[in-house]
Amino acid sequence: MPLMTIIDAVKNTIDQQMELNDNVVTFGEDVGFEGGVFRATKGLQQKYGKERSFDTPLAESAIIGSAVGMAVNGLIPIPEIQFSGFVFPAINQIITHVARYRNRTKGTYSLPMVIRMPYGGGIRALEHHSESIESLFAHIPGLKVVIPSTPYDTKGLLTAAIKDPDPVIFLEPKRIYRAFKQEVPTEEYIVPIGKAKVVQQGDTITVVAWGAMVREVENAIKLLENEKINVELIDLRTIQPYDKQTLINSVKKTGRFLVVHEAYKSYGPGAELIATINEQAFLYLEAPPTRLAGFDITIPLPKGEHHFIITPKRIANEIKKVSSF
Amino acid sequence: MLTKTYSPLKDKILEVLDYKGKVVNEKLVPKLDKEFLLNMYKTMMLGRVADTKALQYQRQGRILTYAPIKGQEAAQVGVIAALDKQDWMVPAFRELAGMLYKGAPLKQLFMYWYGNEEGNHFDKDLKILPISVPIASQLNHAAGLAYASKIKKKGEVVVAYVGDGGTSHGEFHEAVNFSAVFDLPVIIIIQNNQWAISTPRSSQTKAKTLAHKAIGYGIEGIQVDGNDPLAMYIATKEAKEKALRGEGPTLIEALTYRLGPHTTSDDPSIYRSDDEVAYWEERDPITRFRIYLIELGHWTLEEDKALIKEYKDYVNKIFKEVEETGLIDLDEVFKYNYETMSEDLQNQLNEYKEYIKEAK
Repeated sequence: MPLMTIIDAVKNTIDQQMELNDNVVTFGEDVGFEGGVFRATKGLQQKYGKERSFDTPLAESAIIGSAVGMAVNGLIPIPEIQFSGFVFPAINQIITHVARYRNRTKGTYSLPMVIRMPYGGGIRALEHHSESIESLFAHIPGLKVVIPSTPYDTKGLLTAAIKDPDPVIFLEPKRIYRAFKQEVPTEEYIVPIGKAKVVQQGDTITVVAWGAMVREVENAIKLLENEKINVELIDLRTIQPYDKQTLINSVKKTGRFLVVHEAYKSYGPGAELIATINEQAFLYLEAPPTRLAGFDITIPLPKGEHHFIITPKRIANEIKKVSSF
Repeated sequence: MLTKTYSPLKDKILEVLDYKGKVVNEKLVPKLDKEFLLNMYKTMMLGRVADTKALQYQRQGRILTYAPIKGQEAAQVGVIAALDKQDWMVPAFRELAGMLYKGAPLKQLFMYWYGNEEGNHFDKDLKILPISVPIASQLNHAAGLAYASKIKKKGEVVVAYVGDGGTSHGEFHEAVNFSAVFDLPVIIIIQNNQWAISTPRSSQTKAKTLAHKAIGYGIEGIQVDGNDPLAMYIATKEAKEKALRGEGPTLIEALTYRLGPHTTSDDPSIYRSDDEVAYWEERDPITRFRIYLIELGHWTLEEDKALIKEYKDYVNKIFKEVEETGLIDLDEVFKYNYETMSEDLQNQLNEYKEYIKEAK
């Protein structure tokens, strides 16, 4: 099995799906000739031609709006938004049309499409390149929101997303695009949308994370090696719909719950998860379910970003606090 | 090429019939047989009768907010008449007559304004997208339909509607530009009905005409008398043939007028004069087309009277059927958000059903 980074896995998956299905097309700003600013589509235009992998005008609303029309007319579009911070001109299309088309037409038209975008902080980027905006999409009925954390899951989840009859927002943790390699099968496989992964079993505390934060929790766990804390680490993998059962089962076992996310704290995904824990595992709790999340401030520019970024040390500290409550 | 002779830069407007139904340019009259012309006329009339009735139903509290089309029938039927069955229609929300011509059943069109999604999906073969409320956003869908059609060599043309107010929107710019860059088979119809609720066309843009906007996108544009069904027909026909040759989009500004309110919630007397409305009532598209057809010997006033009577009864009958549909079932409102309901959503539905059972 070849070793791949997350970005390799993205490219490998799109390539494979374009090869297997003539209806799959990919496009966006600098996606065609150059292969994207992160090279996620490198070589695809050369391989599949300018009609199936192409550069669009610099216009996010047209990128997503045209994807709606393409999906209605038989294609499976994979539009790329260069950075999640640039998606806002297309929010009108995503919320008023992409999310609603199936319901509006009572299932006559579904919109199979995958809207890919790199997201998250920690790459010392300029303004609008570091936000974690999964909640904005997860709040909207009709959308699915998927975030991989490993190369293997990237391929399996992206394959599932492309084959899904409904639109999927595929958020890629750009901070770990090239952070590590993993063996990734060359053949097609699926990691189902809506299923979390228990990365590590434990019985002291349940810690949930996704995207780049999974690695940071793993690093935190290493810092806690000498403590008597057995962390059960869950990679949520899908934000909407999310795997309630796996979370609840885990909390019933551990009685303690910590969610770690870079998205802003207030009204963030952690609030939703904790509400679920309270609703369905309240009597099993031995400590208040807790969030370690991005502060409710505009994510600072690089010279101030270190204040915002959630470090393994902070995570370890929080795990200790919740575990000893 | 009409777009050459009537280029926006020449400040000319394409007309075939004047407002009194007289042919102003014999050479431009399309060769259409009696049956075809009468089908156009009858659809315009059905649109008018349905429109009038819808306003009445709304006043009686039997239908929700409704956006009338009165005065804009030619800008709709003239266009759709020039299309073929495989071509797409992408409406905004004030295109009832055009949608009727494309084959949408009146019952479904009423269902939308009655408050039921049943009115927003048509038989796939009709190639009509659902009504789109977010202004101008539908133009990007048209671009996407056309892109798919182009690379799959389907030979479809896409007609998309927008209003004069919609031309100020960023979505308009992004969609027209996108369609132009890829030479997509798109025809953009701007129904310039002069008013975006209370905002006049002059407050939307400094451009001399809306057709002028085509120039900046490197495509052809044309301003057409939108109350002249034959002028709209020939302009669309030419644009369609061009699109099929792979020569890209055309922007057609249909100069028309909204004789009614923006919607039933609007009172146009606040912002426009009776004189202005009277001027446009004289230019009613149905009146001029009727005179033209009578002069041709295709139609009589007696037939006209009988048709109106027939349509009034028909529309009332259809609306009764609509009213009989009542409320939407609970399962239906959950069912279509995703192809497969998530466990969580299923639980939300089940819990609510439990509540209903217990509350009884």
